[in-house]
Amino acid sequence: MTVSITIGIYVILAISLNIITGYAGQISLGHAAFFGIGAYASGMLATRLGAPFFICLPFAIVVTGIVGAILGIPCLRVREDFLAITTMGINFVVQAVFLYVPFFGGALGISNIPLPSLNGVEMTKSVYLVMVVLFVLIAIVIDGWLTRSWTGLALASIREDETAAEMSGVNLTRFKVIAFVLGSAMAGLAGGLYAHFMSFISAQDFGFPESIVILSMVVFGGIGTLRGPIIGAIILGVAPEFFRPILDYRTLLYGAMLVVLMRFQPQGLLGIDSFIIRNVKRLWKKETVVNEISA
Amino acid sequence: MPLQGKVIGMLAQQIVNGITIGSIYALIALGLTIVYGVLKILHIAHAGVYAMGAYLGLWAYRFIPNLFLAMIVAMALSGVSGIVIERFLYKSMLDKSRIVPLIASIGLFIAMEEAFRIISGPYVKAFPVHFRQKPWIFGSVRISAPQMLVFGVTIALLVLLWWVISKTRMGKALRAVSMDREMADALGVATERIISLSFFISSALAGAAGVLVGVFYNSVYPTMGDIPAYKALAIIVLGGMGSIPGTILGAFLVGISETFLIGFVNIPLPRDALAFIVMIAVLMFRPYGLLGKE
Repeated sequence: MTVSITIGIYVILAISLNIITGYAGQISLGHAAFFGIGAYASGMLATRLGAPFFICLPFAIVVTGIVGAILGIPCLRVREDFLAITTMGINFVVQAVFLYVPFFGGALGISNIPLPSLNGVEMTKSVYLVMVVLFVLIAIVIDGWLTRSWTGLALASIREDETAAEMSGVNLTRFKVIAFVLGSAMAGLAGGLYAHFMSFISAQDFGFPESIVILSMVVFGGIGTLRGPIIGAIILGVAPEFFRPILDYRTLLYGAMLVVLMRFQPQGLLGIDSFIIRNVKRLWKKETVVNEISA
Repeated sequence: MPLQGKVIGMLAQQIVNGITIGSIYALIALGLTIVYGVLKILHIAHAGVYAMGAYLGLWAYRFIPNLFLAMIVAMALSGVSGIVIERFLYKSMLDKSRIVPLIASIGLFIAMEEAFRIISGPYVKAFPVHFRQKPWIFGSVRISAPQMLVFGVTIALLVLLWWVISKTRMGKALRAVSMDREMADALGVATERIISLSFFISSALAGAAGVLVGVFYNSVYPTMGDIPAYKALAIIVLGGMGSIPGTILGAFLVGISETFLIGFVNIPLPRDALAFIVMIAVLMFRPYGLLGKE
């Protein structure tokens, strides 16, 4: 149960990062920062002011979206590899703020965040899981809407060639900010869900390694598709449980898996033109059309 | 007056300490910037090579208790490992999206750290080098023997690097490749050999830095590459990716400002976030770094 809720939260995170990195092509190495901002916003509103969960969660989404827009602005000035390192820097700075500013609880973090209650009754884990799954579905719907909209097209044009997109009249600033706000707001949602489920959060949970975990999920499954991040989050979320008997070699295998996958299957497991998708297409010719539309 | 003299003395001491840290950063970040110049990839696993250099140096030092021989062995083996990484990993990824080598590099870094932990244990290992040299003392400034070692080796390696890059045919080819790889290839430069050479040079520098840090702090441990991995990235961005003078400038800037932050100002921010704060601030005004070109 716990594992499935965590995986659900990771699926939302992977989908949200995929909007920034997969669709808009802006490599972000600091997604955990927004995850953390959402968790802190929701957790602090609940513990300091005693606000109910269904107020905390929208608050977390709005706050993270706004911070995403603010932090997105410096990111607009820099391109490609500079952007990757800048986002990584933002992750370190945000984590340092959580850790060293007393207002955010310092090293002790935020504890005793209540589980949400429904009609005065505290939610059980299974109800919580249903709610997380519901939010995953909402994220998928938003993602699906995005890829079919003009915005999605504009983001893809930025990803493929920024200069050409600008020449064709795509407003780079506007669409990059849209991608950042949407992606970070969705990460804020995941953060809120995480905070109320874990009941204790600290700066350590939202460091650079966490950003790498989220990014690995997106890339592992297949960047730039909807199915990829979902499958990636599920596989890499289950993997630690699966590798439990060989605990000592778990992280080694994780690293090696990333290396091998990037070396031999850089599109990710289910990315466009990966070996699995190619074979599925060959088997069911008819489904090709469907697959291409959903990609 | 005596108080003023004391402050100046402290200042000078902080600068000396800052330059020591800065030299180590410079050695690590230079390799990263050379690789970036040639291949345009962010080589995170470079910090893994650095940690490996420390382990190799320690291992060699146990066989032959001569620090300079140990350092040469560590540099040579680190350099070879750099070539292996380039040949096996990056070579096939150059035409892929930028995120592919990045993730592969991060994966390799994670795997390397874990391999060190499994092979030699999670503990901090001592690097016991005894210096007979007494510290130099100028007034209130004290330069210890390990600091002299760090300065000496860094200056020697920087001079060597400068000579190779600006005076030899190899260096000319390397500069040509980092300006425009395809054009250099078309004009008959043996691009593949130059890329391997650049990986050898940069990994050897990282290996030397690993040995120096191991000796300087008398400790070698599996995750010693963590902080340099992030900080070296901040430094090369700060200096302007691929710019060698910019990287050296950035390294000393970060090293000195870090020691000053700890020595004088009581800001409740960890020193490891400082490099990134400086970097982001500089990027707002110069999006291509201090000495970077568009």
